[in-house]
Amino acid sequence: MNKAARLWAALAAPGAFWLLFFFAVPFYAVACVAFGSIDPIFRDAIPQWNPLHWSFSEFGAVFSSVTSGPLRGVFARTIVYVVSAMIMSFAIGFPVAYYLARHAGKRRMLLLLLIIAPFWVNYLMRMLAWVNLLSPSGLFSRFVGMFGIHYNWLDGSPITVILGLVYGYVPFLILPLYATLERLDWRLVEAARDLGATSRQAFRVVTVPMAKAGVAAAGVLIALPMFGDYYTNDLLSRSPKTEMLGNQIDYYINNSSQPQRGAILVIMLSTLLLIALSWYLRSTSKIGKERVR
Amino acid sequence: MTSVSTRRVKALPIIIWGYIIWSLVPVLIAVIYSFNDGRSRTVWKGFSFRWWFGDKYASVFHDPSMRHAIVNSLVLAVTTMLIVTPLGLALAIGSHRMKGKSAAAVQGMTSVPLITPEIVVGAALLLTFTRLFSGIPLGYPAQLLGNVTFSVSAVVVIVRARLVSIGSSFEEAARDLGATRFQALRFVLMPMLWPSIMASFVVVFATVIDDFVITSFLSAGVDSETVPLRIYSSVKGGATPALNALATLLVLTTFTALTIGVFGLSFWRKRHGETGGFKAALADLTRMGE
Repeated sequence: MNKAARLWAALAAPGAFWLLFFFAVPFYAVACVAFGSIDPIFRDAIPQWNPLHWSFSEFGAVFSSVTSGPLRGVFARTIVYVVSAMIMSFAIGFPVAYYLARHAGKRRMLLLLLIIAPFWVNYLMRMLAWVNLLSPSGLFSRFVGMFGIHYNWLDGSPITVILGLVYGYVPFLILPLYATLERLDWRLVEAARDLGATSRQAFRVVTVPMAKAGVAAAGVLIALPMFGDYYTNDLLSRSPKTEMLGNQIDYYINNSSQPQRGAILVIMLSTLLLIALSWYLRSTSKIGKERVR
Repeated sequence: MTSVSTRRVKALPIIIWGYIIWSLVPVLIAVIYSFNDGRSRTVWKGFSFRWWFGDKYASVFHDPSMRHAIVNSLVLAVTTMLIVTPLGLALAIGSHRMKGKSAAAVQGMTSVPLITPEIVVGAALLLTFTRLFSGIPLGYPAQLLGNVTFSVSAVVVIVRARLVSIGSSFEEAARDLGATRFQALRFVLMPMLWPSIMASFVVVFATVIDDFVITSFLSAGVDSETVPLRIYSSVKGGATPALNALATLLVLTTFTALTIGVFGLSFWRKRHGETGGFKAALADLTRMGE
């Protein structure tokens, strides 16, 4: 190794070792707890540090609970909630980002600031705001009450949880969407229009293929934390009727004497996300290849 | 044909203003209710500073547990920021210049935290600190380590973007003029990295002070309660508007840090003849550059 290489390695070393100890090793620890054993008297998890002695019996039990037992509903609900919230987030976020990137004109700076603001307003403050509005004496409940709608929004309502997820995560979608759309070469769209494409055709044939990768990346950026979310649900519902995967992990790791189940669910969540992510990476690399061609 | 497209464009401002109102008005209402004279967070009884400082026991400035949470949040955010910025800065420079397999491994490892849900990191660290590194007690020490771990990658992303835009020509010029590699790093590259260091400070401070998941998983009861944890634990109870005031204070702190950051960055850019100004500074802080 020459002198320069040694300097660069020495600079990277503290951070790299930090991540090794506090990021990579903890993942291994999760596996050791998940595939370890359970104390027969106290039911506490005993981690098995040697991978050769890992036991998969508890993992199998949890897995069959996912495929045909009580956890099946939780998994299905998590996927349905996240997918619905994603669709609604795009329905709101795309027009906002598109307008901001294309038509905002002189007011763009003001609009940009107003759209960045919720990005930096604490998530719990934003949930607190809605809990206040939706509580039985809250402004929103009283307002819709005038039209004869009396509904307990904060007691196991799937609509509240899904809208809460949308409200919580849509700011994190809009900014990367805006960044993608702003960088597109819109002259190509104009060229398509000049060559006789209708605005809809130009959108479908030119805009969509150009923006696809960035839009998908923005979607991944909010889908990943949504899958692990538990606090939105806790604050807006805290009912078993709306329980998601994150709630189960939180429960088993934090509030119960069965951390092994929690560790197993963490592994299942990570695997699920890894599959989704590799599918996403494969499809974006395909887009890249198409563009080169 | 044109009428269709103009109609569509005309609908867009309504959507954007609707979105802005929907995203900000609920928060504004929560802020307004922190000035409620009554005990309720939902029924208005007139304007007062009762829950800010008027009440000698239960207002934000007098309630010992709220004051404690504010101090905890500030200490955690500032110490994390001071540890993680140099750590991430060195990692970014080193991994940017390293070559071969080890470089790919280090770069891969720094990007994984960016796509890992916080709950996975929080759960993994909790299991590690209670079963493997049991010398690290839960509470502030564990929260500090957890937040540093989760923010390193953000610093690396910010600094790396700057390194790419600087390029290597300035350092090469310094080397040609006789500077050692370390001198070129210290006296040529470092001063040019200032905006990314400033941006890292602000982004890490604002992220950590707002952090809920990791800080909550690694907390040890009331002693290590931060402001977001305090909000979480009392939202559903019969908390007074002092909770709204506490949350407002948190938002004000974040916004103050960001404002200082934006103006600091655009001032730096102007002084050093870099283009972009205010908008570029804003992009630095919202990570829109990627």
